[in-house]
Amino acid sequence: MIELSAIRKAFNQGRENEFWALDGIDLHIEAQKVTALRGPSGSGKTTLLTLVGCLARPTEGRVRLAGEDISGLPERFLTEIRRRRFGFVFQQFNLIKGLSALDNIILPAYPTGQPRKQLLERAEELLARLKLGHRRAAKVEWLSGGEQQRVAICRALINDPELLIADEPTANLDSHLAREFMAILEALAGDGRSILLSSHDPLVTGSEVVDRLVEMRDGRIVDDR
Amino acid sequence: MKLWLARQRYLIDFTLASLARRKTRNLGLLFVYTVLVFMLASVTLYSHALRQEAARVLANSPEVIVQRMVAGRHDLIPPGYIEKIGRIRGVQTREARLWGYYYDAVTKANYTFMVPAQGAPAGGEIIVGPALERSRGLAKNNGISFRSYSGKLHTFVVADVLPQASELVSADLVLMSDESFRAFFDYPAGHYTDIALSVANPLEVRNVALKLAAALPDARPILREEVLRTYASIFDWREGIVLALLSAAILAFGILAWDKASGLSAEEKREIGILKAIGWETGDVISMKFWEGLLVSLTAFLLGFVAAYAHVFHFAASLFGPVLKGWAVLYPRFQLTPQIDGLQVATLFFFTVVPYAAAVLVPIWKAAITDPDSVMRG
Repeated sequence: MIELSAIRKAFNQGRENEFWALDGIDLHIEAQKVTALRGPSGSGKTTLLTLVGCLARPTEGRVRLAGEDISGLPERFLTEIRRRRFGFVFQQFNLIKGLSALDNIILPAYPTGQPRKQLLERAEELLARLKLGHRRAAKVEWLSGGEQQRVAICRALINDPELLIADEPTANLDSHLAREFMAILEALAGDGRSILLSSHDPLVTGSEVVDRLVEMRDGRIVDDR
Repeated sequence: MKLWLARQRYLIDFTLASLARRKTRNLGLLFVYTVLVFMLASVTLYSHALRQEAARVLANSPEVIVQRMVAGRHDLIPPGYIEKIGRIRGVQTREARLWGYYYDAVTKANYTFMVPAQGAPAGGEIIVGPALERSRGLAKNNGISFRSYSGKLHTFVVADVLPQASELVSADLVLMSDESFRAFFDYPAGHYTDIALSVANPLEVRNVALKLAAALPDARPILREEVLRTYASIFDWREGIVLALLSAAILAFGILAWDKASGLSAEEKREIGILKAIGWETGDVISMKFWEGLLVSLTAFLLGFVAAYAHVFHFAASLFGPVLKGWAVLYPRFQLTPQIDGLQVATLFFFTVVPYAAAVLVPIWKAAITDPDSVMRG
C-alpha cells in the first residue's frame, strides 16, 4: 500500500543545530494490516508517521502510495491525498474546543462540500458505533479523555480513509481506557481497515491485534516482525 | 461551482461558530469598529445633508446679485441704477432689494431685516424666523420693540412666523414692509441694498456677469453658483475641522481594531494547524478567515452607518451638530432631509471594511502556509 525507500528527514538543515530524525528508512506498509511502530522517545516514530500521512515531505528518499511517487507533490495535492486517504488520531486528540462532538467529527469533510445531511448521517453512524451518540451535542472540552479520543477516532473516519494513523493513542489514557481503545482498534481491523500506529505502551505493542511490529531507534529500523 | 458554493457555506458555518466561541473578543472588536464607522459616517452624512439643504434652499435664490462698490466696500444702490441693467440681454427680471443687519442687545444676536419681494407684511408688522420666535418668546400678534441705530424705539406686531423647513437660512430673519424698513434704518428714498437678477438660461449667467461688469464698472456681480460654492466650502471646512479633531480618537480606535484583527492567538494558530492536518487546504483556512473579517467589518459598517443615520436624521446630530452647523448666536433648529450619497458610502466602505479584511488576512496567510506536521508534536 505504502512504500518508503531510503527515507531521510532532517530538521534545521544547514544550520548548527541540524538534526536527522530519520536516517535511511525502507519500509513497506501493507494494506488491511495493523502495523505498530515501537521505540523510545526520539527514535523517529512520529516523524515517520508525518511522512506516511503526507503532513511533511522527506528530505531524501521516496514515498510511494499505491505505486505512485507522492514525495515531491505540491502541498495542494498532498492535502487532497491526506483528506481522502488518511485519517489521523493525534496523541493530544487535537479537537477544536468550543465545538460540539458532532461538529468536530464532520470538520474534515467540509472541504469536500458533501451534502450536510449525508455528512450528519455518517457522523451519527460513527457516534453510535463508538457508543457516543448521547454525547453528540456536548462541547468537546466537557468530555472525558476516553470520550475525547473516541470523538477523534470518529473524526478520523468521517471521510472513510484507507489508512488510520494513530500517534501514541494510549499515552493519555488509563489502562481501562487503553483496553477500550484496543477493542475499537480490533473492530476497525476486523472491517479490513489498514492501521498504522506508534506506541511504546506494551498494552498496544503486545496486543494480538497488531499484525506487525516495527522497532525503531535513533531514526533507523532495528527490528521488523 | 456547486461544490465551491457548498464549501463556502461550510466555511461560513465554521466562521460563525468560531466568532461565537470568542464572544467577548469579537463583541469588543465589533463595538470598537462600529463606533469608528459611526463617527466617520455621522460627520460625512451630516455635512453632505447640510450642503444639500443649503443647495435646496438657495435653488430659488436669484442667479445674480449686483452690489455697488465704493472704495472697495459695499454701498447703496442709487436711484436710476436699476434701469441701466434692463438693457443687458439675457436678464429676465430685476428686483431691487432692501435688507440689513440689526444687533439685538437682549439676545446678543444679529438679525437680518429684509423686505420680501412678495407677501410683505403691512406697515408696523413683521414676520419673524423660528429662532427669533424661540429666543424672544414671540408668537403671532405679539408686539416687540427694537431700538434703531438712530436711538428711536420702533414697535412692531408679529404677523406671522416663518416655517421651520427653511430654518437653516431663515432662523434670524425679520421680514417687514418697505416703509417700515426705510423708517427703521433711516434709509434714503429710492436707494436699495442690492439688485437681484434672474437669468433664464443658466449658460448665460457668466456672460451676463461680464456684461454687467463692463456696463457698471462700480458694481460687483455675485453669482448663485459662487454662493453655493462658498457654502459648500464652509461646510467642507467644518467637516475637515471635526475630522481633524476626531482624528486622534479615530486613529486610536483604528489601531486597536487593527491590532485585535491582525493578532493571532496561540489557540487560533493551533486550530489552523489542526484544520490543515485533517485535510483543510491553505486556501480553505484563508477563505475562512476572510469570511470572518468580512462578517465583522460588514456588520460593524452596517451597524455604525445605521446608528449614524439615526443620529444625524432623527437626533439632529446632537454630538457633532453644533460644530458642523456653525451659525453665529442663534442656532437654527431644523430637520435635515435624509440624503445618502452612493459615492460617499462607497468611500466609507472602502476605507473601513477593506483595511480590516486585509488586517485579518496577512497574519492568517503566514500561519496558513506553515507545515501541518507541528500538530503531531503537540
